[in-house]
Amino acid sequence: MSELNFEIALIRLEEIVRKLEQGESSLDESLSLFEEGVKLARLCNKKLDDAEGKIEVMLEDERIEPIEVKD
Amino acid sequence: MLVEPISVSELTKQIKQVFNNPPFQDLAVQGEISNFIHHRSGHMYFSLKDQNSRIKAVMFRGHNQHLNFPPKNGDTLIAIGSLGVYEPNGEYQLYVELLLPQGVGDLHLAFEQLKEKLQREGLFDPANKISLPYLPTRIGVITSPSGAALRDILNVLKRRHGGVDVLIFPALVQGDGAPKSLLEALAMSQKTNVDVIIMGRGGGSFEELGAFNDEHLARAIARSKIPIISAVGHETDFTIADFVADLRAPTPSAAAELVVPVKKDLVESIANSEERMKIAVTQKINSERRYLKQLTQSPVLLQPAQAIGQLRQKVDEQWSAIVRHNRHNLILLRSKLETHVGKLNTLSPLETLGRGYSICQDHNGKIVRDAKNVAVGSSLRVRLHRGDLLCKVEGSTTHE
Repeated sequence: MSELNFEIALIRLEEIVRKLEQGESSLDESLSLFEEGVKLARLCNKKLDDAEGKIEVMLEDERIEPIEVKD
Repeated sequence: MLVEPISVSELTKQIKQVFNNPPFQDLAVQGEISNFIHHRSGHMYFSLKDQNSRIKAVMFRGHNQHLNFPPKNGDTLIAIGSLGVYEPNGEYQLYVELLLPQGVGDLHLAFEQLKEKLQREGLFDPANKISLPYLPTRIGVITSPSGAALRDILNVLKRRHGGVDVLIFPALVQGDGAPKSLLEALAMSQKTNVDVIIMGRGGGSFEELGAFNDEHLARAIARSKIPIISAVGHETDFTIADFVADLRAPTPSAAAELVVPVKKDLVESIANSEERMKIAVTQKINSERRYLKQLTQSPVLLQPAQAIGQLRQKVDEQWSAIVRHNRHNLILLRSKLETHVGKLNTLSPLETLGRGYSICQDHNGKIVRDAKNVAVGSSLRVRLHRGDLLCKVEGSTTHE
């Protein structure tokens, strides 16, 4: 599941919310959808928090170096 | 020496071939418009002329509907298009794709011509455009490392979603070396894992933005496997790169806004989804619980004997209904039978005998219908309503 990209995870989460709100799934299905949804929400939040916001520059010899950016 | 004759069509075809190649393709021709006709079909027919020569020209509806001025006789214009042969008349004419007022500079002219050419090749087709990732993890920026554009982009990115990584590909964005430098930066970006590229620079004159009108750069942008957002100059500046890029941003800051969603919005949206899931599942559990309660309170479970009694009563009711139904059917059948018997009776010969008629048969049992067929002295059998008579014929008369 951690291989999922953010957008796919978010779309699936929205789909799960819709399904649950329609209320047509059985109780068992609803509970397993809920479990999946909670995992997806956690994954999405993690992806948002994990990003470091590194700023780097590609040098002419194709080395990548971090740079300081002044506001 | 005699030459093998060829057909007119064949000759015309060969002439047409000649026109389909340079230098007759992708032309810019300057001349004065005459014999201008805007046909009902929407196509424009006219001639371009100068002091010594005249050439026929046609501009089809699909091209002329974008003209922002109405051409008229006497106008001196620059027509962009290609020569072709109209086979039925054996005429060559200029197929015009674009008309420009005289006096546009060489750079503008080259720009319009290149735009027309690349468009025809399909480089601007929406079908070839790649969609942007919803939330990129690493953004490539191709621009001048010292320019205002980079500062604007980084500021917007930081404000909207500080977590996204940025990889800068420094390039010259102005001057003779700029196209080559931009091409090299673009080539380098293709080897990295950036999932979207912003390519651009700040505002400048038409000449200063010239590198972004370079044909090689346009083709490299079209080839890119990574989606590219062009962000050149101000909102009113259009470059070839804008048309061929997967998305055009009016300014570098706008490009940064297009490329990342606001983090706060995302976090809120996820929290909102979680909340809605919880409410929906709680409702589901409550409704299942209610249903279970309803079941356990059903009379069958609470008072089985009574439930069975009810079922028994139902069986009795149905049995009575069946019996009632059968009796009714029997009466119906009997009355039908009586009707049929009555009909049979009226048709029976015995009934006729009852009314006083009789049947006369000879010794073979054949029914006698004519006195001529009976010899005097022969025996006949006469059937009456009740019983038969054996008779001897004593004489006969015939009615004619």
